[in-house]
Amino acid sequence: MKFGVRSSEFRVKINNLLFLSVFLLITIHCSLFTAAFASEKWPGVDESVVEKYAKEYGREAREPFINTDQGDLLLFVFLLAGTIGGFAAGYFWKELTGKNCKNQEATKQQRRS
Amino acid sequence: MPAASSGLLLACPESFFGFQKDSRLPKAFGIAGMTTFRYLLAIAICFTASDAYAMHISEGILPFNWALLWSVIAIPFVAWGLYKLKKLSSVDLSFKPLVGLMAAVVFIISCMPIPVPTAGTCSHPCGTGMSGILLGPAISIVITAAALLIQALFLAHGGLTTWGADIVSMGVMGSFAGYLTFRGLRALKANLWIAGFMAGLFADWATYTATSVELASGIKGDSLFLPLFWKILIAFIPTQLPLGILEGAMTAGMVTLLYKKRPDLLVKMRVIKAAEATV
Repeated sequence: MKFGVRSSEFRVKINNLLFLSVFLLITIHCSLFTAAFASEKWPGVDESVVEKYAKEYGREAREPFINTDQGDLLLFVFLLAGTIGGFAAGYFWKELTGKNCKNQEATKQQRRS
Repeated sequence: MPAASSGLLLACPESFFGFQKDSRLPKAFGIAGMTTFRYLLAIAICFTASDAYAMHISEGILPFNWALLWSVIAIPFVAWGLYKLKKLSSVDLSFKPLVGLMAAVVFIISCMPIPVPTAGTCSHPCGTGMSGILLGPAISIVITAAALLIQALFLAHGGLTTWGADIVSMGVMGSFAGYLTFRGLRALKANLWIAGFMAGLFADWATYTATSVELASGIKGDSLFLPLFWKILIAFIPTQLPLGILEGAMTAGMVTLLYKKRPDLLVKMRVIKAAEATV
């Protein structure tokens, strides 16, 4: 019985280490690619499809009304938007599933019934 | 987007991975190591940063009359969504965090460029299949419109003149495709995960099909519509085929995770039946 418990814990550890290794490998892989081929490769489909065909048929993208696509400014606004969006998603997730959620009790009661 | 994933990861790591807080990670790395672990992962994600590229139709691509037409088509859908949102808010406030979560998720996902190695390009999923299932297509259209407006105004992503066209392709088509696929498959007794997966997949593909229609009709000039439409749609396939599968997996993951965590909410939003929540 004790051996069974230990082996299941061991399995969990191995699974998590495998998950972490795969995650780090993907991260390193993506980092190398983005660093090496930053602007030459990996175009977005807006560039490789939408703007390409639009240009072919005589239409070109205009500068946005508020042009944040200048130097590192775009990186900054994306970082800001991503951070706010990420924290908002985390906050609302906690609201939905956190321990203090009033509806948790209702859920448990519903399950019991 | 890396910042978004980092933000979500730091604020709520268990939801980021779809893990339960009390289970696997703390056991494997020790509770004290959890904070270090999440910071390490957040830093790792930041290194994958790349420029933002996506499918949104940029400012000036569509001629004025076509941009106006798509805006006129989008208005009633947005108005319907606002009406539904107001009606639901007056009856029950408990779904508010779900609307907030979906708004944040759609915003993040729709400006998240994902490299597709098989195509050598980047694109993004839409998240509207997920919001269409969980909130219904009407409210999903409203949150998509809000996300697209912020992106057009501040992120040089999409455009104000093409806002209507982007709402129609991503909001209307994505939400309805996701919602109808999910409902159809559930009516055929499909499992929650399968129905969620197919809904996400078709929502993504429907969005890009609609973008092809909008683009082909707007730029064709004197050329024929259909050959240009097929040309654009085929050009999207190498990128969107794998991304659609990814979006399907994300949608199915979110639906099943909410089913485990808050089945009562899914019953309230009519995603599942009351009898299924007690199982």
